[in-house]
Amino acid sequence: MAKNIIEKVWDNHVVYQEDGKPDLLYIDLHLIHEVTSPQAFEGLRLANRKVRRPDLCYATMDHNVPTKNLPTINDPIARKQIETLAENAKEFGIELADMGHPDQGIVHVIGPELGLTQPGKTIVCGDSHTSTHGAFGAIAFGIGTSEVEHVLSTQTLWQSKPRTMKVNVSGELGAGVEAKDIILAIIAKFGIDVGTGHIIEFTGDAIKKLSMEERMTICNMSIEAGAKAGLIAPDETTVAYLRGRRYAPQGEAFERAAAYWLSLASDEGATYDAVLEIDGTAIEPVVTWGTNPAMGAGISQNVPTKADYSTEADKAALEKALTYMGLEEGQALTDIAIQHVFIGSCTNSRLSDLRAAAKVIEGRKVHDNVTAIVVPGSVSTKRQAEEEGLDQIFKAAGFEWREAGCSMCLAMNDDVVPTGERCASTSNRNFEGRQGTGSRTHLVSPPMAAAAAIAGHFVDVRQFVKQEVQ
Amino acid sequence: MEPIKHVESIIVPLDNKNVDTDQIISKEFLKRIERTGFGQYLFYHWRYNEDGTLNEDFVLNDPKFAGASILVSDENFGCGSSREHAPWAILDYGFRVVMAPSFADIFYNNCFKNGILPIKLPQDVINDYLTRGKDGLTLAVDLVSQTITDSDGAIVNFTIDEYSRNMLLEGLDEIGLTIQYEDAISAYENRPKPY
Repeated sequence: MAKNIIEKVWDNHVVYQEDGKPDLLYIDLHLIHEVTSPQAFEGLRLANRKVRRPDLCYATMDHNVPTKNLPTINDPIARKQIETLAENAKEFGIELADMGHPDQGIVHVIGPELGLTQPGKTIVCGDSHTSTHGAFGAIAFGIGTSEVEHVLSTQTLWQSKPRTMKVNVSGELGAGVEAKDIILAIIAKFGIDVGTGHIIEFTGDAIKKLSMEERMTICNMSIEAGAKAGLIAPDETTVAYLRGRRYAPQGEAFERAAAYWLSLASDEGATYDAVLEIDGTAIEPVVTWGTNPAMGAGISQNVPTKADYSTEADKAALEKALTYMGLEEGQALTDIAIQHVFIGSCTNSRLSDLRAAAKVIEGRKVHDNVTAIVVPGSVSTKRQAEEEGLDQIFKAAGFEWREAGCSMCLAMNDDVVPTGERCASTSNRNFEGRQGTGSRTHLVSPPMAAAAAIAGHFVDVRQFVKQEVQ
Repeated sequence: MEPIKHVESIIVPLDNKNVDTDQIISKEFLKRIERTGFGQYLFYHWRYNEDGTLNEDFVLNDPKFAGASILVSDENFGCGSSREHAPWAILDYGFRVVMAPSFADIFYNNCFKNGILPIKLPQDVINDYLTRGKDGLTLAVDLVSQTITDSDGAIVNFTIDEYSRNMLLEGLDEIGLTIQYEDAISAYENRPKPY
């Protein structure tokens, strides 16, 4: 019977199956960071348990790490959490990219960079954006700390088989339209919980043409559509990306692996529990105006009005969001002035993101009213960007060039947007208070964030780049 | 994990859709390395004004709901981050049951690992509870019979999958259970590799 890739990868990992129980699923790769792991390691210690497969775990520090004046951490509780991970990694024999290590970075940036992330794997991490790794055709999903402990101890999880969903993005994207715009457009069109209980496979011409880094942006935000995971079938782009990576198979073993990876693609005639279609040619650069990622619209649009919604509950939700965001109904998105720009996060902090932003700002200056920072996703990304001179472009324009970490995406470190101020952010969540108490977040692509930094308000980057540099 | 069989309590009606885990427990409280002590931070930025005073308009601060063990909210409850600090905060505050028309997957899963019963109910039942809850509504939740009985004696049925229900009723240590499958796990690890 024809199977889709989700079913193939899932079925390959079932350790034990019994009616009335979830499947016992084997986990191939467990990524670990400092915020969601301390209680799991403590649980192991209390029960006198070991880590079953330290060789399938990899740890780094990202959520809490400062992005300037390294290695000083001013916050004593954050420092304690970071030290705790270092101690746990040592005690349980887990490889760690510690602060200052050349491989340190956001867990969802370094997994692919190191070649740990591979097609056909099951990958978990105590972080909802683990869905990022699905870009390689892996089943990758976020788990809570109790499940982190369960995986550490048994290398398995009890999981009910999710339903499957295909999201097909047809046609060719317009110039200046990014992967970020595709996923924001999908979430705006179908809703913040359309994927609940499902794993999504993204397909279609617009997806096939994307680079691996762009595919990571799409899969990263599957969770913002409520999906358990999102993935894209491996193809030659995937194989080319992985060839030569440190933890990928090498030599002849790589060729065998590549043949296997390509065989994982969904069979002709495979079916899904749900199929959604979106026209890629109609997508324009998106800006979110509200307090969840579905509250977004194309840059040529206005903030919605109550008349755009039919139910009282939706009208009330609009009013609540706009009150928090300090916006008016019907206001043009291009009229929204910003005070902060954040280019970074597991969604958009990779080399191609930094290149795309740098291209927009080259020869221009950040607006006087704007504070702009760039936080590369990993030490390795930062090094490569510097080798290309991207840091010089950012600094010349007036951006701060920072060290790698999660930073202002969730503002657990000192990188915080002040109350009432507005940030054009390449991150993934615009929830109330996400970037700091009372902060107002607008999610955009890296080129849109870069153009807003220069203009001081949102602009259509497609028009903006045509204007002559002053 | 504390087993859960029967909970009877006044409900707290939190009439919001898409309550995300950033609101349940804000990131500045995620730095602790313990599982306990998060209740004081539950819904922090809704409970307190910017100057640290109590926000008296927020439902949790209404004295008539003090000591409640049942939280009722609207669709897609617990969306966003995987932080288990969210159910830890809910439990530590004193809730044992959360009802909503739908839950985000990771949050839903996390509840069962912590002795919290998440109950999915039809939208009209939730709407009814949210409306009546504003004036004070007591519900009796029974996990053995999978029923909810209100103060008028009206009964609503719910279902929890057998595996999760058993975990909650017995307060089981899931890792202890999984270790009994050691042979199957070892056999899987020793199978021929796909390449």
